[in-house]
Amino acid sequence: MLLYALRRLIYLVPVAFGVSLLVFALVHLAPGDPISAIVPPDAPKEVVDKLKEYYGFDQPLPVQYLRWLGVTLTGDFGTSIGTGRPVATEVASAFGNTLILAIAATVLAFTLAVILGTAAAYAKSRIVDRLVTLISLVGVSVPHFWLAIVLVIVFAVELGALPPMGIGPENSTGWRLDGAHLAHMVLPTIALSVIPLGVVTRTVRSTVKETLSMEFVTALQAKGMRDRQILFHVLKNAAPTCLAVMGLQAGNLIGGSILIETVFAWPGTGFLLNSAIFRRDLPILQGTTLVLAGFFMLLNLTVDVIQTMVDPRIKRG
Amino acid sequence: MFKRLRAAAIGLSVMAAAATPAFSQGTLRIGMTAADIPLTTGQPDQGFEGYRFAGYTIYDALVNWDLSKADAIADIRPGLATSWAPVEGEPTKWVFKLREGVKFHDGSDFDADAVVWNLDKVLNDKSPQFDSKQLAQVRARIPTLVGYKKIDKHTVELTTRIVNSLFPYDMSYVFYSSPANWEKQGKDWNKVALQPSGTGPFKVDRVVPRERMELSRNADYWEKARVPKLDKVILFPMPEAATRTAALLAGQVDWIEVPAPDAIPRLKQGGMTIVTNKYPHNWAYQPSMIEGSPWTDIRVRKAANLAIDRAGINKLLGGLMIESKGHVYPGHPWFGSPSFDIKYDPAAAKKLLAEAGYSAANKPKIKIAISTSGSGQMLPLPMNEYVQENLNAVGFDASFEVMEWNALVTFAFQPVTGDAAKKAGVNGVNISRATVDPYSAFTRLMNSNFVPPVGANWGILKDEKLDAMINKAHTSFDKAEQTKALADVHSYIVDQSYWVWIAHDLNPRAMSPKVKGFVQAQSWFQDLTPIELK
Repeated sequence: MLLYALRRLIYLVPVAFGVSLLVFALVHLAPGDPISAIVPPDAPKEVVDKLKEYYGFDQPLPVQYLRWLGVTLTGDFGTSIGTGRPVATEVASAFGNTLILAIAATVLAFTLAVILGTAAAYAKSRIVDRLVTLISLVGVSVPHFWLAIVLVIVFAVELGALPPMGIGPENSTGWRLDGAHLAHMVLPTIALSVIPLGVVTRTVRSTVKETLSMEFVTALQAKGMRDRQILFHVLKNAAPTCLAVMGLQAGNLIGGSILIETVFAWPGTGFLLNSAIFRRDLPILQGTTLVLAGFFMLLNLTVDVIQTMVDPRIKRG
Repeated sequence: MFKRLRAAAIGLSVMAAAATPAFSQGTLRIGMTAADIPLTTGQPDQGFEGYRFAGYTIYDALVNWDLSKADAIADIRPGLATSWAPVEGEPTKWVFKLREGVKFHDGSDFDADAVVWNLDKVLNDKSPQFDSKQLAQVRARIPTLVGYKKIDKHTVELTTRIVNSLFPYDMSYVFYSSPANWEKQGKDWNKVALQPSGTGPFKVDRVVPRERMELSRNADYWEKARVPKLDKVILFPMPEAATRTAALLAGQVDWIEVPAPDAIPRLKQGGMTIVTNKYPHNWAYQPSMIEGSPWTDIRVRKAANLAIDRAGINKLLGGLMIESKGHVYPGHPWFGSPSFDIKYDPAAAKKLLAEAGYSAANKPKIKIAISTSGSGQMLPLPMNEYVQENLNAVGFDASFEVMEWNALVTFAFQPVTGDAAKKAGVNGVNISRATVDPYSAFTRLMNSNFVPPVGANWGILKDEKLDAMINKAHTSFDKAEQTKALADVHSYIVDQSYWVWIAHDLNPRAMSPKVKGFVQAQSWFQDLTPIELK
């Protein structure tokens, strides 16, 4: 097992290199000049040239890439051209905020998905099955930024029950585990969890249903095993497939929250990326995307390892 | 079941109550359109929203703006300088008398040394305090400033490259931060950004990047009449219009910048006040004036100006614009008395195109570079589509090159003869312009010496008569004469129909009825000092 994990970790090195190249290329392919975003439209050419030289944008792209790779390998990531603050500090604080939201949404979505998916698979009544299918369909179909705005209108504007934006009350910095900060999390967590809820519910339902039709379940029932014990065996057998989907969804939650974070003005990586895109803040764009991609790779590796632990039948080369 | 739901609702309400604590009456919370806190070191970024909230709040310029009136265009007035005048016989030299007794927020003195130190900060790359980012924000605003020196503790002499009677306007964009604070912060501008020190009516208490900036009253402000009535101002970056609207309606902020037009009825229904006023903003098409462009024919330019149903666009925007009659709006001191009346007259537009030799088989092809969004761009897509319908209805063949805002700004860094415009086949740009001062309103946009990268005369408009008229304004030292010269410039460009003028934004902001005392000046900048919360 340890060898397997180590080998997978080593495989990550060329993948990470490829990701860094892709991130750099995509960011530089986009139209617009990074310096134009930080100077007024009619800034004199000598000022623009001076800033290009200062930030190294006057160099050929391969040189810029190698320089960036060099500082990135030291964990530096460079300096934001928008704010002048170190990219590592910016990304670290934003990533922490995103992680809080992503974990909350993951827990909510996966818990509900396992309960609903299993209930639908077990349901004798077609109404329960149809209802769960409807919920999962809505989950995968409804644009989450639209839902976010609707949630804000209903719960913040009309009912006045929950705050519509921000990470916490005005007089606090950062996130803390208390009622006020939890209240700020409720709406973004719900909005963020709908897509994984839909996807994972469908997966759990179909996988559990498929497992229930297997011969070993009939054998267990014939042996007189209690339903609760049979459920345990069924879930254990369904787990690898569900875990793979959950892993991907958890990764999406962290990387794909630009819209939700913008709607709720949640100062995470999505909000940071949004600001960086409009300011053409290439160091921030590159740093944030690379960190998110790296986290996604590590998450996939973790899921693969857990799958192998849960189901020893999975023998990976 | 219902009991549980009720319990849950009560629980949520308790959490919400904890989340939105009651603030003292003197804390004003503002939702900005910016996605981050503007630079606080002295020369703000994020356009004029940055100047509005992190410029004239924390800092002063030698020349400030009079933002106390809603019924007249904002003009300059003494700030950190009590007076200024060109040197007799040497009009490129200006003497500025500095205000005595002014202190920075950190307690250090503001004097001539501080002025020279701050100008070195942006103009002398050999000085230890030189900051290229601050230079980038301000250099284009002080194009003629080439020299500066201390005469005595309270007097400085500034030198311009050419005779420029409008130079005091330029000096309204340079702010003065404390040299002592820069030393204290380890000579690091990034640290200064978190704990800046200016001379302005508000002090910075806290800057949390991407979250908020907290300002508090500077009780020792040098201008006693403008000591803020508020205890605090908290600024939140909220780039999404729906978020700002919800935050205001939910009581999480007291004031939002630029509500979406379609949210205005809901905001009014929620008891919010919508404040608008005209201000020096211009949403127009800047045409190519090079050989081969259809715009070189005055009849085509006039036809386009007459083809546009501005009242229809105003309806589309919920009444949040002024229909353009020129480069500045009627009533502006520089409006003058143009003889060409810009109005909706499609029949006259068709006639002009026919006179110019165009027909259904031979339409004038115009292609405008537009953006999908952007600072001051209002609602660019629906507005441009409306204009396109109008133009095509009278016989134009109008199309667009649509790009993202930053890409459009970069696009206009090169004139129409540059590769970008040639490749796109574009013969016009739609970039909203701030016409705050004479240089930004006319010189940089229409003087033939200000073709990019020197200025923003993108279409390469070359008219010696216009150049001479603009230069006359720059060399008139008498205020009335200067205004008259600028009005003559405006009358002339309207009569020549040099641009296709469409709209002036009304600068909407929405605020809670608790906000009292705010006077929306006819300016991009606003004064927060008279505001109270009741």
